Amino acid sequence: MDSATQTGVRPDAGVCDTPRVLLTVSTTMNPATDLGYLLFKHPDRAQSFTTASGTAHVFYPQADEAVCTAALLLEIDPVALAKSRPGGSHVDDRTYASGSLLAVALGSVFRTAMTGRCDARPELPGTAIPLSVHLPAVACNGGADLAERLFAPLGWQVDARPVPLDEQMPGWGDSRYLDLRLTGAQRLADALHHLYVLLPVLDDTKHYWVGEDEVAKLVRAGGDWLPTHPERDLISRRYLAHQRGYVRSALAQLAELDGTLVEPEPVTTRPLAAARADAVIAALREVGARRVLDLGCGGGALLERLAEESAFTEIVGTDVAAGALDAAERRLSRLPDRVRERVSLRHSSVTYTDPGLAGFDAAVLMEVIEHVDPPRLPAVERVVFSAAKPAHVIVTTPNVEYNPLLGSAKTRHRDHRFEWTRAQFRSWADGVAERTGYTVRFGQVGPVDPDLGPPTQLAVFSRKEA
Amino acid sequence: MDLAIPDMALVVLVGASGSGKSTFARKHFAPTQVLSSDVFRGLVSDDENNQGASAEAFDALHYIAGKRLRAGLVTVVDATNTQRGPRADLLRLAKEHDVLAVAIVLDMPESVCLRRNADRADRDFGARVVHRHVEELRRSVRSLTKEGFRRVHVLRGESEVDNARIVVEPLRNDLRGETGPFDVIGDVHGCRAELEELLDKLGYVVERDTEGRAIGAAHPAGRRAVFVGDLVDRGPDTPGVLRLAMGMVEAGTALAVSGNHEHKLLRALRGKQVTVRHGLAESLEQLGRAEPGFTARVERFCDGLIGHYVLDGGALVVAHAGLPEQYHGRASGRVRSFALYGDTTGETDEYGLPVRYPWARDYRGRAVVLYGHTPVPEAEWVNSTMCLDTGCVFGGKLTAMRYPERELVSVAAHEVWYEPVRPLAAPVDEREPTALALDDVLGRRVVQTWAQDAVTVRGEQSAAALEVMSRFAVDPRWLVYLPPTMAPADTHREGEYLEHPREAFAGYGALPVLCEEKHMGSRAVVLVTRSESVAPRRFAIEGDGAVYTRTGRPFFDEKTTSVLLRRVRAAVPWDELDTDWVLLDAELLPWNAKAMELITDQFAAVAASAHAALPAALSSLRAAAERGVGVADLLSRVETRLTNAGSFREVYRRYCWPTSGVDGVRLAPFQLLATEGRTYHDREHAWHLEVADRLHAADPELFTRTRRLAVDPTDAGSVAEGVAWWESLTAAGGEGMVVKPAANFVRTGRKLTLPGLKVRGRDYLRVVYGPDYTTTLDRLRDRKLGTKRSLALREYALGLEALDRLTRAEPLWRVHEAVFAVLALESEPIDPRL
Repeated sequence: MDSATQTGVRPDAGVCDTPRVLLTVSTTMNPATDLGYLLFKHPDRAQSFTTASGTAHVFYPQADEAVCTAALLLEIDPVALAKSRPGGSHVDDRTYASGSLLAVALGSVFRTAMTGRCDARPELPGTAIPLSVHLPAVACNGGADLAERLFAPLGWQVDARPVPLDEQMPGWGDSRYLDLRLTGAQRLADALHHLYVLLPVLDDTKHYWVGEDEVAKLVRAGGDWLPTHPERDLISRRYLAHQRGYVRSALAQLAELDGTLVEPEPVTTRPLAAARADAVIAALREVGARRVLDLGCGGGALLERLAEESAFTEIVGTDVAAGALDAAERRLSRLPDRVRERVSLRHSSVTYTDPGLAGFDAAVLMEVIEHVDPPRLPAVERVVFSAAKPAHVIVTTPNVEYNPLLGSAKTRHRDHRFEWTRAQFRSWADGVAERTGYTVRFGQVGPVDPDLGPPTQLAVFSRKEA
Repeated sequence: MDLAIPDMALVVLVGASGSGKSTFARKHFAPTQVLSSDVFRGLVSDDENNQGASAEAFDALHYIAGKRLRAGLVTVVDATNTQRGPRADLLRLAKEHDVLAVAIVLDMPESVCLRRNADRADRDFGARVVHRHVEELRRSVRSLTKEGFRRVHVLRGESEVDNARIVVEPLRNDLRGETGPFDVIGDVHGCRAELEELLDKLGYVVERDTEGRAIGAAHPAGRRAVFVGDLVDRGPDTPGVLRLAMGMVEAGTALAVSGNHEHKLLRALRGKQVTVRHGLAESLEQLGRAEPGFTARVERFCDGLIGHYVLDGGALVVAHAGLPEQYHGRASGRVRSFALYGDTTGETDEYGLPVRYPWARDYRGRAVVLYGHTPVPEAEWVNSTMCLDTGCVFGGKLTAMRYPERELVSVAAHEVWYEPVRPLAAPVDEREPTALALDDVLGRRVVQTWAQDAVTVRGEQSAAALEVMSRFAVDPRWLVYLPPTMAPADTHREGEYLEHPREAFAGYGALPVLCEEKHMGSRAVVLVTRSESVAPRRFAIEGDGAVYTRTGRPFFDEKTTSVLLRRVRAAVPWDELDTDWVLLDAELLPWNAKAMELITDQFAAVAASAHAALPAALSSLRAAAERGVGVADLLSRVETRLTNAGSFREVYRRYCWPTSGVDGVRLAPFQLLATEGRTYHDREHAWHLEVADRLHAADPELFTRTRRLAVDPTDAGSVAEGVAWWESLTAAGGEGMVVKPAANFVRTGRKLTLPGLKVRGRDYLRVVYGPDYTTTLDRLRDRKLGTKRSLALREYALGLEALDRLTRAEPLWRVHEAVFAVLALESEPIDPRL
């Protein structure tokens, strides 16, 4: 077995077939069987509905005067699921765990109930009834605590227990599922709206395309309670799959319902990424570079900044990831032709010598070296400093000493192979300069802490025979 | 009349319009060899006679001619070429590609040209044009040689043209027909005693004259010596060395190329003004004492020496100072100059000597290049080149390489005959054995493999692999092999199985097979050295070795890897294998050692959610059923799902157990891939498993034994036994088995046989196809195996090629090329469940 997703080699995995997601809603109102009228589903019959997420079965495990429980069991259609998740895995937990798919089924099967209509008992929908909801396996990104934060403010008593990953493997800890029980006195339509909105929020993974109409759905389903919910922002963000434009639009509409104004985004200091680009460009200007290499250009953020400066007559961005170059290409396509033609992209690697990189005034390695395994750094040194040999090399990398101020526990990015102290960086840079015939001086980027230094450290290498 | 054309030449036809150039070219050359200006005019303007298109046409013609000359192909330019300017362009082109230019002049009477033009409807050249051509040609003929044409053939009149015959002559450096075996000998520099000793050690019988002087030598097995030049100067007995070497060359038992010292000696002997240093004075003084006539013989000998030889079908090149690939077999001043003197960077070192251009570092040619010129302490491979000058005259040793055996034989200098100006240098300045270039891996590549035909890697595949290789793989110096993907046996067509041993046995026809238990872990390649000093010497890297996945990623951090490797090292029977490093193909257990994230995020997660959701669903359904609600179908489906989810969980649990560092980690080796100097694809799998058993015996805690069963597919009883064995392995969720040809590597003609077919267990396949796959078997049987099989074969051939290159101690980029190609092919989108 191999999990080398980077080659596009996916692990052995299989299709799911006819899986199950379960939700039960119980009430102890008198007579409890009135639940059937509220849900528009007869307590003595099992019914099946075709929904966008699969076949939904509704039946009543219990239906008497004292207690009535309705169960919604969703058999997810694997074909539909596969379509909704292109490139997704085949062994799929969505098949058992409630989430956005259950929400979709809920909204479809109990649509009338959610409108608050009840022809047989017109007074019932407006009445809060004792309800108990059980979701034995609900996907939750945020643990039991999040379920509490989401449902408790709405008047639910929350009993959320993490499902262990495997009780025979205690070392593995909990899974991302909760066995969730909610009890409280609620109007049924409200309860269904809560679930409709909050199940996908718990899950934090939308399993279908999020479009503009989702904003309307959110405002419609949450209009009564979401504006004043303490987790309003988180709910909106997650519900709208973190699509910033949609989230802003939804928050504005919700704020209007609430009669408050949306707070403008707080003005902060210049983000570190921008400060880094500023520092790199300043260093390039200072050494008078005209032909510039951006090694590891990623999506081309720095390239775009470099292109704005006419002093840089030829700009070449390289990256080892073909996908990153595609993204850079898209970004650069927004530039005017005369600007765009000064920038070119090249698929290359800092561990393989590339004759195409020779003869430049300066090369930038901005936040690149920390993505290289330490044993491969000599290869980078050879490729950049000995083979490409630009007149100047500008390197930036995180200063690990500063990390406590950023509140980051270990490294700042999952892919960082190391983060160096100022002394470590200096020692590496001095060694490189010594071995390859460069001089080096150091700089700081971002707000400097008197003890811990700057968040980002910078080195400017200049070739002695430049 | 025979017209001699040197091989690879640029042949320039010169003649007036209507002189019959095109007819001549058609008669004597293949259509692809002839580049006609008329045709090119047509190509760029749709009109062969459009003189206005001439500039564009010649531009295109020169471009194509350049491509042909670079490939070393005889190329004929069919254009008027009566003017000096166009000829100069062509001469420049020939020079750029280091080939000789030949002019063939068709000097026809003006009347003939006029008549022929008149016969052609499309030619409306006036008589004036033809007259001008003829005039220009007459003026040019005498100066052609001076312009730079190596040969000029002038054909006067129709009968000479009709009787002409083209003879392509090989160049003097072209000894491709000589296949050896050879003994290539480094710089001798007048060290006669050492040379005699070396020849003796190589098995030559030295012939002596009445005074006891060595005057020749022959090898009883017909081997031939090849001297890389610099026989003379500095040493104690230049005449003695020459007497022996000249005798051998004259008798045909040796070949010699010229060194810079022979070149300079020749000039001195001819009375040219030369600076007498670097030991030339000693030679002149020694030659002055030699017998009468000897100096004249030396002069003739040196005059006859050429710059380099191409031998053995092009696989071996010998040149005194080495030779970059684009100069192999070429003839020009700069090729000769490079061969004799090498190239310098224009800088001088601290001793005031020129810094040599490290051509060998960038060498990517297929031919082995053997040379001397720059004394080095040890003869070492640098890419596919080796400098054999081990500084005998400076007190080092005299070295020869046996070719094609690639064995070095040397004798120590008897004393320091000449004080070196600077210490002996490493083979190339700042030798960088790790140097890999983007051109070595990127783009569309065709990798030649010995086991199968060439394997093609598409550009987008190598692009995908570049990222993985650069960002996630272990150092390429460790990454000497990647294993091929493994295809499943044909799909079982009926019953409750998707895969079954019968198809695997049938897949190998009548070949005896060995069934090997398939351990469910992660494929691991283990490279381990015998001691810490081995890796820096052999792999140019510090460390004990490496343990990596089938995409080249390290399994563990450096410290854990080292602990694991030391355990492996302690178990390897080093002396028996006669090696100081070992490369093993193995399965590393448990599964979670590498795939923990995959297991917790996917497999255990699926099981956890199933076991939370399904029992609750079941009790709800049972309650409803008791109330008489019609949920029977649903109930039975959910019951099945719960059973399946249980089996699914049991399967992955079998392959997981806690580990800490190396504790709990197990290795199940199943193949010894390579040791120093040899591969083992030709050893039976039973032998490989015996080696694995030895490792198990040495360290039973670390090494897991692989159970096996030999099956004869032609014997029904044996097949039944194989099926029963597999059933017992998989009944409890075991992954299954791999069926391999017992003989290991099998090839029928050029067709390679798959190295293994996997047959996975029924329950095991739940982790692959999903817990409930057994309910949709018929749909799954529709799987296509062709691409996977073809991929497995191509990767197998590439892997074997990598091992072959590794064990021949080929340069890193050569090994890396094949390994990289395996990774590139792995980016092929293929059903991951196969």
